[in-house]
Amino acid sequence: MEHIVIIGNGISGVTAARHIRKNSNYRITIISGETNYFFSRTALMYVFMGHMKFEHTQPYENWFWSKNNIDLKLGWVTQIHTNTKSLSFADGSVINYDKLILATGSKPNKFGWPGQDLNGVLGMYHKQDLESLEELAPNNNICKRAVIVGGGLIGIELAEMLLSRHIPVTFLVRESSFWNGVIPEQESNMINEHILEHHIDLRLSSNLKEIISDENGNVKSIIIAETGEEIPCNVVGLTAGVSPNIEFVKHSNIETDNGILVNEFLETNCKDVYAIGDCAQQRKAIGQRRTIEAVWYTGRMMGETVAQTICGNRRAYKPGHWFNSAKFLDIEYQTYGWVFSEHNKKDDEVHFQWRHPSEKICITIAYHKKNRKFLGINTFGIRLRHEIFDRWLTDEVNVEFVLEHLIDANFDPEFYKHYEQDIVEKFNTDNNTNIKTKKKSWKRIFSLNA
Amino acid sequence: MDKNSSLAISNPHQIPMNISQKLGLILGLIGVLILTLATFNIHAEPKSWFAIGSILLIITGATVYARSTYLRHPAGIKNNHVYFKTLSNRGVLGWAIGIVLTLFYVLLYWFPSYLGLGVDGASNTGLIVVFDRLSHFFKGQPANQWFVYGTLYTLAILSLGIKFMYKYRHNRYQLIRTIVVILSQLFLAYLIPEILEGLNTERPYFAKDIKNMWPLNYYFFEPWHLDSMRNGGTLGMFYLVAGIFMFLVFTPIITYFAGKRWYCSWVCGCGGLAETAGDPFRHLSSKKLSAWKLERWLIHAVLLFIIIVTSAVLYGYFTGNGEIFGLSIYNNFSKPYGFLIGAMFSGVIGVGFYPVLGSRVWCRFGCPLAGYMGLIQRFKSKFRITTNGGQCISCGNCSTYCEQGIDVRAYAQKGENIVRASCVGCGICSAVCPRGVLKLENGPEKGRINSKEILLGNDVDLMELLNK
Repeated sequence: MEHIVIIGNGISGVTAARHIRKNSNYRITIISGETNYFFSRTALMYVFMGHMKFEHTQPYENWFWSKNNIDLKLGWVTQIHTNTKSLSFADGSVINYDKLILATGSKPNKFGWPGQDLNGVLGMYHKQDLESLEELAPNNNICKRAVIVGGGLIGIELAEMLLSRHIPVTFLVRESSFWNGVIPEQESNMINEHILEHHIDLRLSSNLKEIISDENGNVKSIIIAETGEEIPCNVVGLTAGVSPNIEFVKHSNIETDNGILVNEFLETNCKDVYAIGDCAQQRKAIGQRRTIEAVWYTGRMMGETVAQTICGNRRAYKPGHWFNSAKFLDIEYQTYGWVFSEHNKKDDEVHFQWRHPSEKICITIAYHKKNRKFLGINTFGIRLRHEIFDRWLTDEVNVEFVLEHLIDANFDPEFYKHYEQDIVEKFNTDNNTNIKTKKKSWKRIFSLNA
Repeated sequence: MDKNSSLAISNPHQIPMNISQKLGLILGLIGVLILTLATFNIHAEPKSWFAIGSILLIITGATVYARSTYLRHPAGIKNNHVYFKTLSNRGVLGWAIGIVLTLFYVLLYWFPSYLGLGVDGASNTGLIVVFDRLSHFFKGQPANQWFVYGTLYTLAILSLGIKFMYKYRHNRYQLIRTIVVILSQLFLAYLIPEILEGLNTERPYFAKDIKNMWPLNYYFFEPWHLDSMRNGGTLGMFYLVAGIFMFLVFTPIITYFAGKRWYCSWVCGCGGLAETAGDPFRHLSSKKLSAWKLERWLIHAVLLFIIIVTSAVLYGYFTGNGEIFGLSIYNNFSKPYGFLIGAMFSGVIGVGFYPVLGSRVWCRFGCPLAGYMGLIQRFKSKFRITTNGGQCISCGNCSTYCEQGIDVRAYAQKGENIVRASCVGCGICSAVCPRGVLKLENGPEKGRINSKEILLGNDVDLMELLNK
């Protein structure tokens, strides 16, 4: 019986394993050095905040794996021998594989800052990072202030975590406004306001110069590059993005760049070795996507796809329309299709924007300047129906159609206030149009009788 | 990491309290203290003023505490430290409250004289006597344990419902639902029945909480109750007809259109207490598959039990027999049900064990009305929790905070709608979801149950191939 070995028990590796099990009776082994069981990485923050226990982050009960005949092995792989199809472990053990799936995920970026390896400096990615944070910042007596370096999604989550323990936070953001390389200024400004509302000391256009040590090798303070200001702190969170976790792969015959290079079938240059999830780098970009996508959803989709290939139904990885979501403190964000920030958008991408006069709610719709084709939508504080936007993107509807039928796509809980009228009025004023909103239709939403 | 603070005396991550939080807490605790002292026969005169005073103190205290706790932060999910607190993580305080509540229910059902009920014509003492004036006001007679219980029950839903509304002030579903559940308890379960009782003192007692229908109200078809309604004039006949109409016609229709939530988390008294006073314990329900298996056996067994009991009782009523198949209808049917299910399960375990097993033990494992509506909800209803395409990140907030112990995530991460008999539609899974994945809605039956192999967002050809 073929032995499928998967390195990494995150969403990519586990999705692959589950789908291989559904379609075959191959022997499956999942290897992880981080934890015994699959857990949701995105939920680690909730454990620190006391919303959940660690066990709640595990989507399957512990009996699930043996019941489904999936072997789990705890250990760190040190060497991949593609010629003998075997793996060496840090503890000296060796196992053989017939097919190997690399799903090793990411690690936090460090950019060679002086002091970046001091005691008190950490990233927020692995379960071990959470354990370190619990040691270093259990409360505001032990951690008087924390500094977070890097204004992305993990940075703001780490800030929220520390706030839950009443620890003052200084947040260094390289950009002139939070995440404005990704989201338009309107949204970015609103998040800036929300960060301040939570009493986070937000420092925009600020880079880290160095981390200063005390006499015991612990973090004492940091210095901001632009101003030279020294900020005393006990913990420094490095959250300036992540990159593929492939150190041990580099000593093998498997070809790497920033990530493990794969073709559209998620195959590496070595026979029977595949890479999926955060650690994989597409040789050729798919559509407007980046070659490395460190996102939960893409990891899952690659796992679904590679499982087909392993089970004899060789398929290219062809993700559908882009979507993503996040939560910035109390503000939920969803995006469907492509909305680029002012810094990155092309000339023919036009934005229509609306922001609520008092609440933290706003929306940006991107459409093509000439043919008015709908390109994508960002919403903050409004939930949208994934299926509707996926369909509209496939159907290549125009921006007027989206506005007219916007209510069909609303996914807020029942009784929530609706803003479709206000949004369309603003569009009509901006564009001198006369679009009328339609009433919600279950028939349209579920394509009944269509 | 994740230190088990279960038996810790104090919270390892203490949250500093501000002045007004402390003030609110103290006011509320003084109110509770007055009632506790009264239970031990330590009274101050005039007793009725202290009863009213303690009620007002508890409501004011809860409001002041909730305002200062929740309004000082921007609106949003407020679950920080839930698993660190000794109250909400089965710590010493949680167990202590569980034991006190359990004890209270034991006294209430079987030893009411310890709560101060005057037996054999003696006047009330203890906790019950302080409510005599209030009882006189409604129905011109001294209080009994059930009047005191109803008053305190309503007080708990009102005061902690106000707290819940501050906690979820950003969520209109929660606000509207909580207003309805508070008003429903205050008027339908408490004020209207007590006032009607006062207007009909010369007639025999029958249950006047119109929404508390059979089979939740298990004695509805007992001979004494049927006779009381028949001899209860127009009002009695109205309650007899309405009671039958409610469970036979009204309930299936509304459950078809909106799911059982219209009852369980919007109007029911048991649900009302669970959603308000029980909110700090909702996450303690077990999400294990084994618990789900137990639930399915148990709730339907109780439903079957009450159907058998009621059939026997009705047989006895119409034939005049005291026995059926040689078994005493009272001793072998009505009495065991009343003791085991009516008192032990719904009262002692159902509420007493809130801080240990979560707030919906009765609703999930026992309530025959929930079981009946659950069957409708599962097989013939428009209600579902829609999963939003491929947006789930498997974080587990939904499952953790499901009071009914549904592993919501198991469905959401497969892109599958949640259609479960036990869902009471409280809407908290949707509220705590950080990615906007869940929506409670009443939509077309077609496509309501949608099992999927591949989630939305991947290759359309692959989805079409595998999702057939």
